[in-house]
Amino acid sequence: MSLSLESVDSVVNGNLHLSQINLSLQPGSFNVLLGRTLAGKTSLMRMMAGLDRPTSGRVLMDGADVTGIPVQKRNISMVYQQFINYPNLTVRENIASPLRLAKTNAAEVEKRVLETADMLQITPFLDSYPLALSGGQQQRTAMARALVKDASVILFDEPLVNLDYKLREELRSELRELFKIRNAIAVYATTEPNEALALGGTTTLLHEGKIIQTGPSAQVYREPANVIAADLFSEPPINLISGQVKDNEVIFGESVHFPLNQDLRNLTNGGYQFGVRPSHIGLVPHNDDDLELSMKVELAEISGSETFLHLTSPQFNLVVQLSGVHAYHTDAAIKVYLPIHKLFVFNLDGDMVQSPFALVNA
Amino acid sequence: MSEIHLKSLAHSYDKTASGSQVYALREMNHVWEQGGAYALLGPSGCGKSTLLNIISGLLTPSSGEVRFDGKVVNHLSPQERNIAQVFQFPVIYDSMTVFDNLAFPLRNMKMAEAKVISRVHDIANILELHPLLKRKARNLTADEKQKVSMGRGLVRDDVSAILFDEPLTVIDPQLKWKLRRKLKQIHEQFELTMIYVTHDQLEASTFADKIAVMYDGKIVQFGTPRELFENPKHTFVGYFIGSPGMNLFSVQRTEGGVRFADVSIPLETSKQKLLDDLPQTNIKIGIRPEFIHVWNKPTTDAFECQVQHIEDLGTYKILTLTLGEHTIKARLGEDHLPPEQVAYISFPEQWLKLYVDEYLVEDTMLDSDITITHGEQSITQKHISTEVNRHA
Repeated sequence: MSLSLESVDSVVNGNLHLSQINLSLQPGSFNVLLGRTLAGKTSLMRMMAGLDRPTSGRVLMDGADVTGIPVQKRNISMVYQQFINYPNLTVRENIASPLRLAKTNAAEVEKRVLETADMLQITPFLDSYPLALSGGQQQRTAMARALVKDASVILFDEPLVNLDYKLREELRSELRELFKIRNAIAVYATTEPNEALALGGTTTLLHEGKIIQTGPSAQVYREPANVIAADLFSEPPINLISGQVKDNEVIFGESVHFPLNQDLRNLTNGGYQFGVRPSHIGLVPHNDDDLELSMKVELAEISGSETFLHLTSPQFNLVVQLSGVHAYHTDAAIKVYLPIHKLFVFNLDGDMVQSPFALVNA
Repeated sequence: MSEIHLKSLAHSYDKTASGSQVYALREMNHVWEQGGAYALLGPSGCGKSTLLNIISGLLTPSSGEVRFDGKVVNHLSPQERNIAQVFQFPVIYDSMTVFDNLAFPLRNMKMAEAKVISRVHDIANILELHPLLKRKARNLTADEKQKVSMGRGLVRDDVSAILFDEPLTVIDPQLKWKLRRKLKQIHEQFELTMIYVTHDQLEASTFADKIAVMYDGKIVQFGTPRELFENPKHTFVGYFIGSPGMNLFSVQRTEGGVRFADVSIPLETSKQKLLDDLPQTNIKIGIRPEFIHVWNKPTTDAFECQVQHIEDLGTYKILTLTLGEHTIKARLGEDHLPPEQVAYISFPEQWLKLYVDEYLVEDTMLDSDITITHGEQSITQKHISTEVNRHA
């Protein structure tokens, strides 16, 4: 079963929630919707589910128009960020509920419940009630209920956001494994770039109700179409520096100059925004033409195995991502090295002029 | 400011407790030094809230002592202990102005109004609350309310300690790092004893000079963020810190080392000697994904693995490998071309850790060697047989 949206608009109380959405999702595909809070992810999923009707445009399943068909008549499951289960039913009956509703015979129900519980590692809790379980187990139960019936579309609306990061790690890789062997369309909404990359599949970037870019997740990450895409798909945020190209030189801010050579030589004179990913800046130079920058440490954020340095200078601020644990005092002086060949170049309208990844493939 | 000493402290919520499994806190001895920035890190249910409530005086421990500067305070209330607390959700008076909210703890202790004003202005400056001082608290955003709540905790300069319980939960993700910076600055400026409770490794490692990792009612390691990453003293620390966590394998003793499945792993003589002296059979080895060397071609001392999965996380890649029946995660830098089907991996001795009954076995002499030899470079450095040319 394929699912397509054609020119879908949604206007609620005069506010544009979705604008000109065109998407085509294939059976067996894993589709991530990445965007900030209120970007339109939930609105879009509700259209797919049939919980809401678009103001204009069409929703098609296998080419047939289902725009006006309600959720009960579409073969769809949904998992929400809150752990939603029937508190008065055991885990077993929670998982069985969609099958019972579909009048599946008892032997088949039993078989499917056990299979699904096994897959999500909640078999030992089948006779417990949801509220007696941990958050992770409750969400596994909700996921099992969504997965037990053969839904053709399964929608996940930030399902892991209320779990701690170790559980997220586990459930994320389990989900990815599960969908390898299913022929359903999975749609997964998240605000976190790293989650989109970890899930793989296709990523669609949503911003203010519009689709900014769609493609294989790692490719969208490496070749963002514009500044918004680069910014949405970067955690920590991509560094953006305003600069000028003039007389065979690049000027960042006012005082940082470097020659316009090698990878940047095709840039014409004028203003640009230069982007550099936090992980591409280092504490030691790796290339002869790396740009040395003297900065001040505002904060060293340490994630356990990585360090994020928030740096400032009179010209611009930078975030640097380092592997390993590096402690710095606030306001310490530091030199960092920015590799010129890893710069993204955007014009003043924010469109991509040059991506470092494209150069590698050239 | 006080030094907080937990002496033979234990707690059970069940008064008739006999077996050790009913203890929310198992017997511990621990010192929080005066003026330190500390974190108490652990998953839900590990006992960290119990410990926090015992320190603050909301809960009386079933055995042992809590001492502030040597004085036993077991039966003193939070007020009598002079503890300030900042909770997960803002605790402020909605009907009062921001100024009056900040002044409240000071006026309560009958501080002269002139001093109250100067103190409130100091704190408002640091937390960038100045423009809001005359506003009623009810009109603030969730972020602003939490900043006021923090300000109320920080405004007194005579407190024994300030305890934070997941204080940034309600803060917008984009603003979190700014408040983390504020908290660090405040600590550096006032030299207060601060204990920050969280389940989030980023919050803990960013704020604290030293972190107590709690697991199953015990503090399993008390160390700097770097020590937790580079030298986990307990398998739980290895698992919990880092993403993904440490690779851990159960192994059997063998001549000159250990083995699992049909893989023999030689141990350094010093480690081997330590292991020989211990009778236990619960032996594990651990190595972090960051420290595994990955090669594309057979190499001396490298084990052949099957590549199951490559996760491209943009800034790095996570390789899922199988060695015998075990799954191993290895981390590769963005520019490293990963092997496609077969990988050869080796475990640098320095980063291969040995655990007996879940605790690290180490030679203390060796430990000091490590501290001297590893520079910033060696932590991140990876040896890989294929050099990737960006223009290739």
